[in-house]
Amino acid sequence: MSVRTAIDDVESNVPGGEEGPHEYGIETLAVHAGARPDPVTGARSTPIYQTTSFVFEDSEHASELFNLQTFGYVYSRMTNPTVSVFEERIAQLEGGRGAVAASSGHSAQFLAAATLMSTGDEFISSRNLYGGSVTQFGVSFPKLGWKCHFVDPTDPENFEKAMTDKVKFIFCEGLANPGGIILDIERIAEIAHKHGILLIVDNTLASPYLMRPFEWGADLVVHSTTKFIGGHGNTMGGILIESGNIDWFKNDKYPGMSEPDPAYHSLTFAETFGDFGFTMKARFVALRDFGCTLGPTAAWNLLQGVETLPLRMQRHCDNALAVAEYLEAHPKVTWVSYPGLKSSKYRELAKKYLPKGSGAVFTFGVQGGFDSGVAVIDAVELHSHLANIGDTRSLILHPASTTHRQLTEEQQIGAGAGPDVVRLSVGIEYVDDIIADLDQALAQI
Amino acid sequence: MAEPATQATGDNPLVYLKHHNNYSDSKIRRILRDVKTFAMVGASTVWRRPSFYAMKYLQHKGFRIIPVNPGRAGGEVLGETIYGSLADVPHQLDMVDIFRTSEEALEITKDIIANKDAKGIKVLWMQLTVRNDPAAELAEAAGLEVVMDRCPKIEFGRLSGELSWLGVNSHIISAKTLRSPKA
Repeated sequence: MSVRTAIDDVESNVPGGEEGPHEYGIETLAVHAGARPDPVTGARSTPIYQTTSFVFEDSEHASELFNLQTFGYVYSRMTNPTVSVFEERIAQLEGGRGAVAASSGHSAQFLAAATLMSTGDEFISSRNLYGGSVTQFGVSFPKLGWKCHFVDPTDPENFEKAMTDKVKFIFCEGLANPGGIILDIERIAEIAHKHGILLIVDNTLASPYLMRPFEWGADLVVHSTTKFIGGHGNTMGGILIESGNIDWFKNDKYPGMSEPDPAYHSLTFAETFGDFGFTMKARFVALRDFGCTLGPTAAWNLLQGVETLPLRMQRHCDNALAVAEYLEAHPKVTWVSYPGLKSSKYRELAKKYLPKGSGAVFTFGVQGGFDSGVAVIDAVELHSHLANIGDTRSLILHPASTTHRQLTEEQQIGAGAGPDVVRLSVGIEYVDDIIADLDQALAQI
Repeated sequence: MAEPATQATGDNPLVYLKHHNNYSDSKIRRILRDVKTFAMVGASTVWRRPSFYAMKYLQHKGFRIIPVNPGRAGGEVLGETIYGSLADVPHQLDMVDIFRTSEEALEITKDIIANKDAKGIKVLWMQLTVRNDPAAELAEAAGLEVVMDRCPKIEFGRLSGELSWLGVNSHIISAKTLRSPKA
């Protein structure tokens, strides 16, 4: 027996006890959650398990694994040791019960929808979404027989008005892209639960450092981890997290969870796996069958990134507020939509949901509309003109001609991405340099 | 967390044991390390049932599990004879795991207490979603250690790190190397 395994943590000084577990801070969780030193080698950093498959001990072990009767790795389409560290890391950061990673944020949304809906089912979504999500929900999902009702989310009662018997969930971005809009997700959760359905919150723009939607009643959370969680603009990824508080047996809306499932030996997922039944079903049915898997190297990049999430996110927010204040005072800027500004109509919701900062993605308009907006984008030197957000670098974009291009002008305006809108994702550089770059660009119009 | 069973009406006084709202990892780890043989009251012979899953997994982790189920007495599951009652079990038992409802747990607990000395029972475990505070109070007064509203399979998987393989939140933060509760 090696020295390593001789450590007996039965009597170790793990904080907490019968009065309740010790609550670790999010800075600690971002570094440690889900990861332990490797039991064989002692490696401290999580190894990249670059393998497709895992050997069975014997035929009986193989059949137990396929029956989900024991825990173990089979095939990296469903589970991989590097990926599962990342999954638990995010589950802990969000305060959720379990998580399943995916190849992108879009994949994570697809896994959620495919697990909850059948052909003919419906859902209600905020219309203030990333443009790619509006297209996914409004154009591609209907081809699968899933109908989306888009509503203006700034009045939560609009979700109530759109409710039908076939609706399985409400979907929204709590802090919305690109317009700096904050939703009253606690109220939206009440409406969803009154009708016995789930609330799914896309928490990409806030990240769990700024807001944890489960604390306000969300049932599922999705992320594009390509953004602030990964944080460095180098790796695609997505994740779907479950709260652990869903009662699948309270009504008959989710037979895929509460009744024997022919897709998996007639197992009843909510009964067999309890409060992580949804994660099991999303993984061993939807991810298994649709194959939108996060690879181990990508998971490692995202793990490396998320370790500094709290440090980066605070800097992002501090820089974004300074940039928004600068722009608001600029004579050529017609408006700035940043919830952290005193002038924002979302200021009160920002205080409630985002007390540490209002994120780093927001929009503004320049005098001269479309042409001036394009001119500013072409004039910047430090800002990168590209279609992403949540990078360490400051990013700039004209949504109407890029991310929201597939939408009608009416949809663009509805999504906060009208023709005159310029979107910023403020990076973690020295804030005076960011402002100086915008200043010289605005001087050219 | 299951709420305390609603047996506070009638002759039963309100019993609410706050010390059962949370268990330290070291307590659960010690129980799982020390228990060798336990009875599972409510064991099922149907392979899709959660009790079957738990029994099969824990057998592999080195536990001997004696199934108790009055409706299946004399039958067999996973290589073990099923007994109709605890009194019929011809083995010493370190623990009894109650795989029945919270309401049924009180009568089963009384039976466990009656068999405690003859069988050497030291721990009473109630499954995930099963919580009965008046029963726990009786058991503790009789000298039994009690765990409620937990699954020994999930706890074993959580403390050994295996549950984390499924992306499930173990609530564990540690810079020490992982080791199984049985190691």
